[in-house]
Amino acid sequence: MQSDDVIWSIINKSFCSYKVKTKSQLFCRNEFSLTGLCNRSTCPLANSQYATVREEKGVCYLFVKAIERAAFPRRMWEKIKLSRNYATALKQIDENLIYWPKYMKHKCKQRFTKITQYLIRIRKLTLKRRKELVPLSRKVERRESRRAEKALIAAQLDTVLERSLLQRLKDGMYGDIYNFPQKAFDKVTEEEEISTDEEMEEQVEEELEEEDELELEEEEDYEDVGQVEYVADEDFDESDVSDIEDADDTTDSEEEEEESSEENGKSKGKKKAKKPPASKKRPKVHIEYEEEAPSTSRAQALTF
Amino acid sequence: APPKKQPKTIENMRVPDETKVDPDNEEAMISLQTDEMAPHFNQETTPKILITTSDRPRQKTNNFCKELKKVIPNSFIKYRRGLDLKKIIPQAIAREFTDIIVINEDAGEPNGMVLCHLPDGPTAEFKMMNTKLCKELKRLGEMTEHIPEVNLQNFTTRLGLTVGRMLTCLFPTRANFHGRRVVTFHNQRDYIFFRHHRYHFRNADNVGLHELGPRFILRLRSLQKGTFDSRYGMYMWIHKRHEMDGNRRKFHL
Repeated sequence: MQSDDVIWSIINKSFCSYKVKTKSQLFCRNEFSLTGLCNRSTCPLANSQYATVREEKGVCYLFVKAIERAAFPRRMWEKIKLSRNYATALKQIDENLIYWPKYMKHKCKQRFTKITQYLIRIRKLTLKRRKELVPLSRKVERRESRRAEKALIAAQLDTVLERSLLQRLKDGMYGDIYNFPQKAFDKVTEEEEISTDEEMEEQVEEELEEEDELELEEEEDYEDVGQVEYVADEDFDESDVSDIEDADDTTDSEEEEEESSEENGKSKGKKKAKKPPASKKRPKVHIEYEEEAPSTSRAQALTF
Repeated sequence: APPKKQPKTIENMRVPDETKVDPDNEEAMISLQTDEMAPHFNQETTPKILITTSDRPRQKTNNFCKELKKVIPNSFIKYRRGLDLKKIIPQAIAREFTDIIVINEDAGEPNGMVLCHLPDGPTAEFKMMNTKLCKELKRLGEMTEHIPEVNLQNFTTRLGLTVGRMLTCLFPTRANFHGRRVVTFHNQRDYIFFRHHRYHFRNADNVGLHELGPRFILRLRSLQKGTFDSRYGMYMWIHKRHEMDGNRRKFHL
């Protein structure tokens, strides 16, 4: 049989792998330890008559050491399931540890009490709310914020909102609140078309006039002049139109600035995509270029 | 000359979604119209919102809640006091609340939102980013009490439409057009941008926008059928990072 004193003297004096020494106390890390402290009476190795209470998955068992099987550590401990009822479980402990020293029985019961108490608390807590701390991955967060920025740019929030509001207005959702009758809108779009047509005509007239003038000067270069001018016409047209548009834009922006100064704090809605508002007639800017036709020897001869 | 090519954007390269709802698809429209939010759209219920936060909110979250209260008409802020959401919900139903908003906070910033539609509506969890309070934005206008119009943009899929309906349920149906307030939820690439504006029509094709109110970005994390129950609830959609974040052209809202 195991001689407890010998074991204890060895463990205590020299080395026990389960012993943990702190400044104030000695602890026993053995899983079958009854109390967690390193004592002569509670050392699971140095006592042949030993018992503990342990719980597995919410069920409490009484483990009793059968010292005859000390050679087979795996089979050394006898496992006795304790009842769910606290009182009957205490009686069970008493029955199984009958004739054992009081100290042992008392410590087992104490341990069992503590275990049941913490099991009750676990059950209560699982019913209550559980706060879960979820770790944030910095990489993921950064990726998401980058994509959000790009999505923001792609979204064009203001323009889309404006468009939808205008659509709602057109669909008549606002009823009679706003006085922008549909007729006026159509009229305005017609005006736009008319004004562009007029411009085209006017420009063509201008070209013809110029041609006439030049005819008077140099008859023989009429063809060349005509040809040159014809080509220039097309370029001329576009530049003319674009110039007019720029002029429009500048006038618009000026007007808008005035408005904004009057109404404070409306500057956010100002810088929108500018299409020349159809309600205004385009100010006609006559740009006349005097082009010198490429002088030929004949022409020089004439003038001279 | 060869025809000018259209530039490829993420939007037009988007992986086509099978759950995209076609307005012509009657079945889908009917199923949408008879979901949990239908009573709101049939004007049987008026929205009454309960706004709360997570435990021990900080100043920024509190201010954010106050601003939300101003934006959303008929809303009430209640201090959380460590209560269980599951216990708050039946009490709220008893007091005829239609929605609960819980603003979750982390490190002083609001970073999440749980939007629970009552009595048995879906619960949506969002991740909130870039919240900007009224103080932090420049040249803001002042909010008024008129009922705002709600503007939803770009919610195309079935999931997106459900979320869109949930967000519209926060606001009363009859908007006050004289108030000229508009609240926008714009979905772009699964990010929902919230904006709050006052608009004014200068003429038939020119609108001016004046921003009021906070800004934030929402990203849907999960949509659960039924009221809030994270353990036993049935989830209709959860954002699974490894599956869904890999493809940059696939969006779900």
